[in-house]
Amino acid sequence: MKNNQYPSWRKTKSALAAMIAFVCALLVIAPLALVFFHLLREGAGAVSWSFFTELPKPVGVAGGGMANAIFGSFQLLGLAALAGVPAGVLGGVYLAEYGTVRSNWLLRFVADVLNGVPSIIWGVVVYGLVVLRFKSFSAYAGGLALGFIMIPLIMRTTEEVLLLVPTGYREASLALGISRWKTIVYVVMKTALKGIVTGILLALARVAGETAPLLFTAFGNRFWNHDLAEPIAALPLQIFSYAISPYDDWHRQAWAGALVLVVMIFLVNILVRVLTRERLARVL
Amino acid sequence: MPVVANPPTLAARSTIDRMAPASGVGDKIFKWLTLAMALAVVVLVFLVGWQLARGSSLAIQKFGFHFLTTSTWDPVAEQFGALPFIYGTAVSSLIALIIAVPLSIATALFLTELAPLWIRQPIISLIEMLAAIPSVILGLWGIFVMIPWLRDHPFPVLKRLFGWTPLFDGPIYGTSMLAGGIIIAIMILPIITSVSREILRSVPNLQREAAYALGATRWEVTRIAVLSYARKGLFGAVILGLGRALGETMAVTMVIGNTPQIRASLFAPGYTLASVIANEFTEATTDVYLQALFEIGLVLFGITILANLLAQLLLRTMGSTMPPRAVQ
Repeated sequence: MKNNQYPSWRKTKSALAAMIAFVCALLVIAPLALVFFHLLREGAGAVSWSFFTELPKPVGVAGGGMANAIFGSFQLLGLAALAGVPAGVLGGVYLAEYGTVRSNWLLRFVADVLNGVPSIIWGVVVYGLVVLRFKSFSAYAGGLALGFIMIPLIMRTTEEVLLLVPTGYREASLALGISRWKTIVYVVMKTALKGIVTGILLALARVAGETAPLLFTAFGNRFWNHDLAEPIAALPLQIFSYAISPYDDWHRQAWAGALVLVVMIFLVNILVRVLTRERLARVL
Repeated sequence: MPVVANPPTLAARSTIDRMAPASGVGDKIFKWLTLAMALAVVVLVFLVGWQLARGSSLAIQKFGFHFLTTSTWDPVAEQFGALPFIYGTAVSSLIALIIAVPLSIATALFLTELAPLWIRQPIISLIEMLAAIPSVILGLWGIFVMIPWLRDHPFPVLKRLFGWTPLFDGPIYGTSMLAGGIIIAIMILPIITSVSREILRSVPNLQREAAYALGATRWEVTRIAVLSYARKGLFGAVILGLGRALGETMAVTMVIGNTPQIRASLFAPGYTLASVIANEFTEATTDVYLQALFEIGLVLFGITILANLLAQLLLRTMGSTMPPRAVQ
């Protein structure tokens, strides 16, 4: 009899542990559900056509939209891509195609450490680098700050997708007498193009929601930006300034902006995962 | 690790290097170009350090070591001490770790060891979605949903139960160190979970099979064979989460109350290194003020770099050949 009781207690304990772990998993995803629920409840009513087409209205005037902030965010992302993509992709090429074991270990290590630098620090650095020098907040400064954040992200994903290209492709190309760099560009990178683009899109989706690096670089703007050397509006900045404002109407706008931003980020993430094959999806 | 038909191994690479050494002009240019771009990450680390040090040189000279040990923050009198912010960053991050570490590691265990297979992928996707929510949106939710709820329900209960300790004493405003810690915990849950999951997945199956062969139950296998093997890597995941927690800015700024003070009570408002930069940088009217904020940035950069260095070293010495990749 004793023999029967003993294992059953151990089995109960095992089931109990699984239950506790399951509850923990539910607790981890609970914030997602709650945030999404409130975004839909508070934001859905405030999203309207004019939200996408109009400028912010002055305090006290109801209505208005975030057209300038939405467009500004895309402009900033374009600038960020200009600053971050070449360095990220080519750096990834070096890691995958040229680097030695030791240099790669070091470069990956530094890239991962760099990835952990708080985003607000990038704002401070770009402020010293660009804003102080040109004496103006600007779209260029904001784009540069976001671009810096993208470099280590893109570098790592590019490296990983290039490593998925079989060695035989390289050897076949080289055997035809095609030079090394043309092999890399026209064979290896072309084969992995989808993966490289996916990595870039994910990095863009990641920085699209960044606010801290833009606070004192892009700065925000309640009007259209006509010169990239001037301050520019961005969706996350606008959400922040509306969220901490004392006006109810602005709070509604903040929720609407947040809903739009989250939907855009999620769409990119989902799109990327649907488009990439199982094999790529695992790496990215 | 993805299974690839013919992954470029180092042996294959060295063959390619012999077959096609970078000899032509185009080859040389391309190789050096990619090397220069790869070195960008190293240059960036130094650029950040140099820029922050340059921006704060006057403040460092003026305040010296006292900057870190005094707690007066008075821009009008030009007296700057960073202690309240260092304290706020430390306490809020500690609260975040206390909440997030058990939850994330239990979730990672659930996802790799205990859960039925069909449920794993949906939960993993949901956690990735949580990671994709921008900090400012979590902060928005924090201000309008979490803070009022905390103020009305859990905080009074905590005060009734533990009000006799200094930690839960004093008036309840809602915006508080505790709220800041909770929001940071939500922000770092996904990264600790996914890095821990990578670590647990890198535990060799032989390890589990050996324990099963001895008649261990699923939980005993997890505890004896998996957890003890992965301890170092899990510690690395926690430190990585700490690095993120120290630098979290927007969401914390929106819920912590932004008051430069040192109070034992977790219900009292606080301030962190990152949020003082976010709030006051554009308001810094004098040179010394701006310099002091640059120095705060330098301190923040220093501690996050240390945390990340330690985390990456721990993760890399786990014994797996493929280091767990940095998760967003």
